[in-house]
Amino acid sequence: MSFWNDPLKVAADWLLGIFTGWGMPEIAAQILIGFIGVLLLITILMVLDIFLVWVERKVVSRFQDRIGPNRVGPFGLIQPFADIIKLIIKEDITPAGADKVVYNLAPMLSMMSVLILWAVVPLAPVILGVDLNIGALYIVAAGAIGTLSIIMAGWSSNNKFALIGAFRQVAVMVSFEIPMLATLLIPTIFAGSMGMGAIIEKQDIWFVWLAPLGAVIFLIAAIAELGRAPFDMAEGESELVSGYNIEYSGMKFGMFYAGELLHAFTFGGFWAILFFGGYRFFGLEHVSPFLAIAVIVFKAFLGYWVIMWIKYTLMRIRIDHMLGFNWKFLTPLAFALLMVTALMNALLAGTPTWIYVSIMFLSNVVLGWVALEIARSYSRKEREKAQGSKAVAIVEAAHH
Amino acid sequence: MTGEQIAFLVVALFTLASGFMVVTTGNLVHAALWLVSTLFGVAVAYALLNAAFLAVVQVVVYIGAIAILFIFAVMLTRKDLLDQGPQVNRNWWVGALLSVLTFVGLYSLLQGWDGMSKTAADIPSGFDAISELGNELVSPMGYVLPFEVASVLLVAALVGAVYVASDRK
Repeated sequence: MSFWNDPLKVAADWLLGIFTGWGMPEIAAQILIGFIGVLLLITILMVLDIFLVWVERKVVSRFQDRIGPNRVGPFGLIQPFADIIKLIIKEDITPAGADKVVYNLAPMLSMMSVLILWAVVPLAPVILGVDLNIGALYIVAAGAIGTLSIIMAGWSSNNKFALIGAFRQVAVMVSFEIPMLATLLIPTIFAGSMGMGAIIEKQDIWFVWLAPLGAVIFLIAAIAELGRAPFDMAEGESELVSGYNIEYSGMKFGMFYAGELLHAFTFGGFWAILFFGGYRFFGLEHVSPFLAIAVIVFKAFLGYWVIMWIKYTLMRIRIDHMLGFNWKFLTPLAFALLMVTALMNALLAGTPTWIYVSIMFLSNVVLGWVALEIARSYSRKEREKAQGSKAVAIVEAAHH
Repeated sequence: MTGEQIAFLVVALFTLASGFMVVTTGNLVHAALWLVSTLFGVAVAYALLNAAFLAVVQVVVYIGAIAILFIFAVMLTRKDLLDQGPQVNRNWWVGALLSVLTFVGLYSLLQGWDGMSKTAADIPSGFDAISELGNELVSPMGYVLPFEVASVLLVAALVGAVYVASDRK
């Protein structure tokens, strides 16, 4: 088995040989190798994170018809390093009356909740942290820790704006978790497993063709989970200054910021894994694991780009609209889609692939259309009611 | 002592210590955060017992939903966020009595159980715990009735909550 076919195993065997050669017991050596692997993955992710700052700033500047960072280094590539130096040498302020332990724990938990997601991301058929058979649920569990970190940050800062921001953000995250969970179950139905590896292996046809509506709902729920525009009510610069992270300075703020960027990239990756075949691309993944990594990173960047596109194109939604949209539209739709998908999957078992795919696709389109029609007729009724009452008010004012 | 036992002892100590902190901390939000760490310790214990599904569900449901709800309730109902209220009220002896009784009951139950000295049987390779669990939950010979009763109960609670929250016109 050569390095190019299974790099992780070859490297691990090589290290195992070295460590046992030093007289280390095998079990200790294996634990050490596991730690080195985790350290390596986290280091690569953090370095990638540095460049995500640059990517994000470049993309937003293009959307806003600007050039973006272009002074430090070629294309401004060194800019994030300058930012890091700035963040590190900034004064580290802890507000008076802050709850010190909780205050310092929150940014760590925030970053951690993103990094632990990568334990279940399969980068190539042979390169994955652990193939948990409950991978889909694990994503939601990691999100729960992220929610906790936000409420900890907002509360411990001893600042009203931070607390209000945290409340809003947590309200959004807790509510949008539900459609996300429901749509996570749709690839699970197709693959017959919640494991990320199994979900990718089953995608001879990308699941987006079987559940286009599911892919869209997952993306909306993911953006809300990230707290990005149009769901960035927690930041609401004009009213809350910056939300839950307002009191954080220097690298502690940097942790929240970097965590958010990496989180967005990670959800781009999960979108690709769940609906766009993950590392698979016309058999390229069998040529070399390195090509598979290139494919999944490319797809994750594409997903990240879509998330940025939405963020910098749409305006912020009011919080009651946001929660109403989730509870009255997205959640019922996600559950209806889940039921339809499960039913269709059972009814169509054993039919030829093209019938299966086309009926699945059509049922998604029909369901989405019906949901939009219901929403439209409801909003028309509401608007008539509102305009009607306004007309009544004008008539009354004229009488006085 | 095997590595598994050491891991269990560490996790059990962590869980118990966090649980102790929950009831002794004066600050209510701190108590809620200690409760989170207690629940996390229980999740790790599940993971050590090869019950990965239960471990993740523990985190999703208890930390992600219930603990967050606790923190919300505490934050929204207290006037001062950093207050230190009195630790006990007049009914403290009822709580103490109940916990002592629970402890005695559990202790006497476990006295008659021979599982303490046994080692767990190895899980056969290829055993898919989660699909077994799923089949048990929906099979008529398994737990379909309690499962359905629990879901009806939850739906009833949901409908009740919506009814209480909506303003009757």
